[in-house]
Amino acid sequence: MATDTGTASPDRPAPDGGAVVGGATDEAGAHHKHPTEKKYIQIALILAVITAIEVLVYYVESIEDYLVAILLTLSVIKFVIVVSYFMHLRFDSRLFRRLFILGLVLAVFVYTIVLTTFEIWKS
Amino acid sequence: MVVTASEGSHTEVEEGHPPTATGLSNEKVAMWAFLGSECLLFGALISTYLLFRGRSTPGTITPSDVYDILFTSVSSFVLLMSSLTMVLALAAIQRGDHRRLRVWLLATALLGGTFVAGQMYEFTIFYSEGLKISTNLFGSSFFVLTGFHGAHVTIGVLMLLSLWSLSVRGKLPTHRSETVELVGLYWHFVDVVWIVIFTLVYLIP
Repeated sequence: MATDTGTASPDRPAPDGGAVVGGATDEAGAHHKHPTEKKYIQIALILAVITAIEVLVYYVESIEDYLVAILLTLSVIKFVIVVSYFMHLRFDSRLFRRLFILGLVLAVFVYTIVLTTFEIWKS
Repeated sequence: MVVTASEGSHTEVEEGHPPTATGLSNEKVAMWAFLGSECLLFGALISTYLLFRGRSTPGTITPSDVYDILFTSVSSFVLLMSSLTMVLALAAIQRGDHRRLRVWLLATALLGGTFVAGQMYEFTIFYSEGLKISTNLFGSSFFVLTGFHGAHVTIGVLMLLSLWSLSVRGKLPTHRSETVELVGLYWHFVDVVWIVIFTLVYLIP
């Protein structure tokens, strides 16, 4: 998730050098600069490639020991890309980011405790 | 403050509506709060599946007996691409291109419908192979989790078709682009939930 310093502003280009469009920044920290259509298509291609790698990795027996770590990492990368770019969380208000991350972190925290309580990691 | 379509994305506040306490659109704040709460709902369903899938009665059907990874991978790809068409629909209305808005909305709805059809086909295959919701713990938690997700996608498709219908009748002007953005947020969320389900439920043994 991008930090505030890493977010594009009207006076400063996006850190990824990316093409952005749009104008204003409001007092709530919203940076209304969304990627261009070309950028969206590039992002979709990256997501498609990651999905293909996930499926490929699933069938490679020689990396079985690292399968879970690789798949979780790729899944997190896809999740962050969609939320940051397609849902514009990277460019929108900090309040939206906080609301979503609050729910996400709470869910991960609560259900990790639940699964640990039921000793799922041992099975 | 009033901005024009060429200035990119909009919030209601910027479009001349009464100011809000946060300086942000109340509807958008509510949508993000709703999506945050949805993380807890799907977290519960995914955790239940993870907890139950290895604890079914010995001798009954297991995930490896029924999963078709290649088929589900294609479904995942279809849903992923629907996120692209959704974001292109939003970009279209923000620049006032209503013809392309309708094209991309319809494309998103069709891709979503394809995903749901694929899920129904998968359920039918599983059923014919002996996996029902009452068969064992795996069956119960699998059908509840993927069924809830499928219901979310179906609701999303209905919302997309409603937007398309509004646009056709000229009731979705450029200054109401936030309506498309809100449906888009819901749609992308359904996509990210599937990203997690695809990995945790289907790919990880």
